[in-house]
Amino acid sequence: MNTKLALSDDVLMKVEKPARYIGNEVNSVIKDKEKIKIRLAMCFPDVYEIGMSHLGIQILYDMFNSMEEVWCERVYSPWVDLDKIMREEKIPLFALESQDAVKDFDFLGITIQYEMCYTNILQVLDLAQIPLTSAERGEDMPIVIGGGPCTYNPEPIAEFFDIFYIGEGETRYADLMQLYLECKQNGVGREEFLFRAASIPGLYVPRFYQATYQEDGKLASFHPLKAGIPAVIVKELVKNIFDTYYPMKPVVPFIKVTQDRVVLEIQRGCLRGCRFCQAGQLYRPVRERDVEMLKRYALEMLANTGHEEISLSSLSSSDYSMLPELIDFLIEECSKKHINISLPSLRIDSFSLDVMSKVQDVRKSSLTFAPEAGSQRLRDVINKGLTEEAILNGAALAFQGGWTRVKLYFMLGLPTENEDDIWGIGDLSNKIAAVFFEVVPKEMRKNGKVQIVSSTSFFVPKPFTPFQWARQCDKEEYLGKAYQTRKAISSQLNQKSIKYNWHEADLSVLEGVLARGDRRLSQVILRAYQKGCFYDAWSEYFHNDLWLKAFEDCGLTVDFYTRERDTADILPWDFIDCGVTKAYLIREWKKAVKQEVSPNCRERCQGCGAARFDCGICLAERNG
Amino acid sequence: MKLRIKFKKQGPVRFIGHLDVMRFFQKAIRRADIDVVYSSGYSPHQIMSFAAPLGVGLESSGEYMDIEVNSVTNSQDMINRLNAAGVPGIEIVAVRELPNNAANAMASVAAAAYTVIFREGREPRFDYIKELDSFIKQESILIKKETKKGIREVDLKPGIYQLSADKEGIHMLVDASSAGNIKPVKLIEAYLELHQESLQENALCINREETYTNIGTADEPQLVPLDDIGEDIV
Repeated sequence: MNTKLALSDDVLMKVEKPARYIGNEVNSVIKDKEKIKIRLAMCFPDVYEIGMSHLGIQILYDMFNSMEEVWCERVYSPWVDLDKIMREEKIPLFALESQDAVKDFDFLGITIQYEMCYTNILQVLDLAQIPLTSAERGEDMPIVIGGGPCTYNPEPIAEFFDIFYIGEGETRYADLMQLYLECKQNGVGREEFLFRAASIPGLYVPRFYQATYQEDGKLASFHPLKAGIPAVIVKELVKNIFDTYYPMKPVVPFIKVTQDRVVLEIQRGCLRGCRFCQAGQLYRPVRERDVEMLKRYALEMLANTGHEEISLSSLSSSDYSMLPELIDFLIEECSKKHINISLPSLRIDSFSLDVMSKVQDVRKSSLTFAPEAGSQRLRDVINKGLTEEAILNGAALAFQGGWTRVKLYFMLGLPTENEDDIWGIGDLSNKIAAVFFEVVPKEMRKNGKVQIVSSTSFFVPKPFTPFQWARQCDKEEYLGKAYQTRKAISSQLNQKSIKYNWHEADLSVLEGVLARGDRRLSQVILRAYQKGCFYDAWSEYFHNDLWLKAFEDCGLTVDFYTRERDTADILPWDFIDCGVTKAYLIREWKKAVKQEVSPNCRERCQGCGAARFDCGICLAERNG
Repeated sequence: MKLRIKFKKQGPVRFIGHLDVMRFFQKAIRRADIDVVYSSGYSPHQIMSFAAPLGVGLESSGEYMDIEVNSVTNSQDMINRLNAAGVPGIEIVAVRELPNNAANAMASVAAAAYTVIFREGREPRFDYIKELDSFIKQESILIKKETKKGIREVDLKPGIYQLSADKEGIHMLVDASSAGNIKPVKLIEAYLELHQESLQENALCINREETYTNIGTADEPQLVPLDDIGEDIV
């Protein structure tokens, strides 16, 4: 047992949920410090409960620890209360397994899943007592490496990282570890090591690249500063996930975390091509895992963790070709062992309703539809092929099956959106309520009621989507649309059955700025952090006024970054190749404006460019 | 059949609260493949109950939990499987079968033994080993207890069965039933108050040595460890 704790009893008794900081969890890996050569701290820059729910870190944790010479430990953002104490008492940030200070490690890996965690990245570096910028770090500091979806536009945080790993983590880390050991053995310094790392496929080392700007602030050029490193960085992906690696013994937390269950990744990528969705583009082409492997993994992971629930993870689970077989297997095995099955949002049809009624209590759970837009016209613009007919039919089947709660997800601020589209949100919500009263006879209605909850989030244009050139709404426009939606709903006949929720507008604006930002924003992020911003993803800690002051202090504006882009512009993320080509994205952008839909990958190949990776659905027989 | 499981909780895991200990065991039982009984109804749960919740920060050598199972192998095998599926710090020391008419763990708790040590630098100024005798010889030991109806005075003395001190610490055997539970920290606070001192923050390291049930009567109590009423399974 590792009885060493980095925090004293006094501190642990003062903070909320001390179990966040003691390690020793089931399946956590302890290695002998004397016997390993590389120490790596893997970080999710948010509090323990959020970080422990992330599947990606579990995969990498397992992968690194399977390397004999590497010991990978975990570190998460200390909560607000401990953060304060650590600063007052100068306690350095420590990894959970060994309780040792992270600054003494060889690598600090940070997974970057959403833009609003950027200030927490600075918090982690600061508490670890590691200089915040790559340029300031000396020979004895860990190599700070970032991974995850935000690395597809890493520029706003480029100054803070030594290396970015673009793409799926299973492929190149062994090469990087080997290079590191070689350099260490031969006395090669940090700068030279980073230079050699820059030639490993998929790795981006910001210090060797330079961005220059035009008078108007737009990017003029972006190029490598030295010969021998790539001008374009191609993402890494695992071509064959059909029967590859999967972590069998995920760490089991003591405390309740957001995802307190076994998570089974059934496929990567998505074939739908919805135009607002970044993940759908970044992870192309869609690749399925073998169903027999998944069945074995499911049982083994349940046995190794003791979790009472298992869930399926993918971008569009209804499209997994072996879904019925997998679900039937899980229902049979899980009911024997009193294990719940949590199904992600499935397309609502008779198959999924049948399945859901077997795994959920229909009286208590709700069904989710994600039309995303209120009118068929706008749904065609965003290429979300869900028709009103399909929704109403699905709703009818659901109500007949005993469901009484429906959730609807929409976005406001999509390109070409007009008042009729917003009105359509109210109209559609109302029609669904009406269907309930039509198909369920009075005597069968429990409490006589149906509850529709319609939520709108605010559309944020993201890099590598056909909408990456779109203008983003400002806060007033977003709120105006939310107000219109509220009126559209409250004026409906069945408005008593419909509840409306909307999101924070200023957070969405900031998210968009960071998503499509350039290197100059690192000053703004640093300034905001210095003013006390962190845990921005948590509404109780988000201070928009401080962020706006930070922009002002740095002489930059929010509006510059939310503006519409020209297809001829050089974009800050153009130096990355994620598979889909710019030509394809421009084609889709033009089709969107003309309300033309594109078929999905299974129906007809659209020539997006991902086929050159030679794997997944691109190899299947289809038209076109 | 009903089983009573005795376990220790020591080291870093002392910072895991009672509810999380329950969740830990629910998963450990699955990992160990114990044939536990589930309740019926819409959300079945394992039939499991704990004797006395242990506060965060305290260690223990004598915690108890009851579970209901459909089948067992033998005590040693159950102990091994649960420990293999567990974490260092939470150690299963016994698994015994209870008679069918045994009261549940929580209802059975009568007393608990604690060893209390002062952390270095936070000891009281007076000689707490020497003065303990006159503390316990008082007619009554009154403390103020906050309840929903206001502040009540409670006499701790009837609930203190044994109290002694040596260089290993202060040893106490006190009432731990749900009606009369005495927290070691309250007893120590009362002791210090007698000498016009107050307890410093986090001054105490507390170890619960054992949890007891009364197999005698109220007038002639006979305290034994909670699983004394069970039998090893061979």
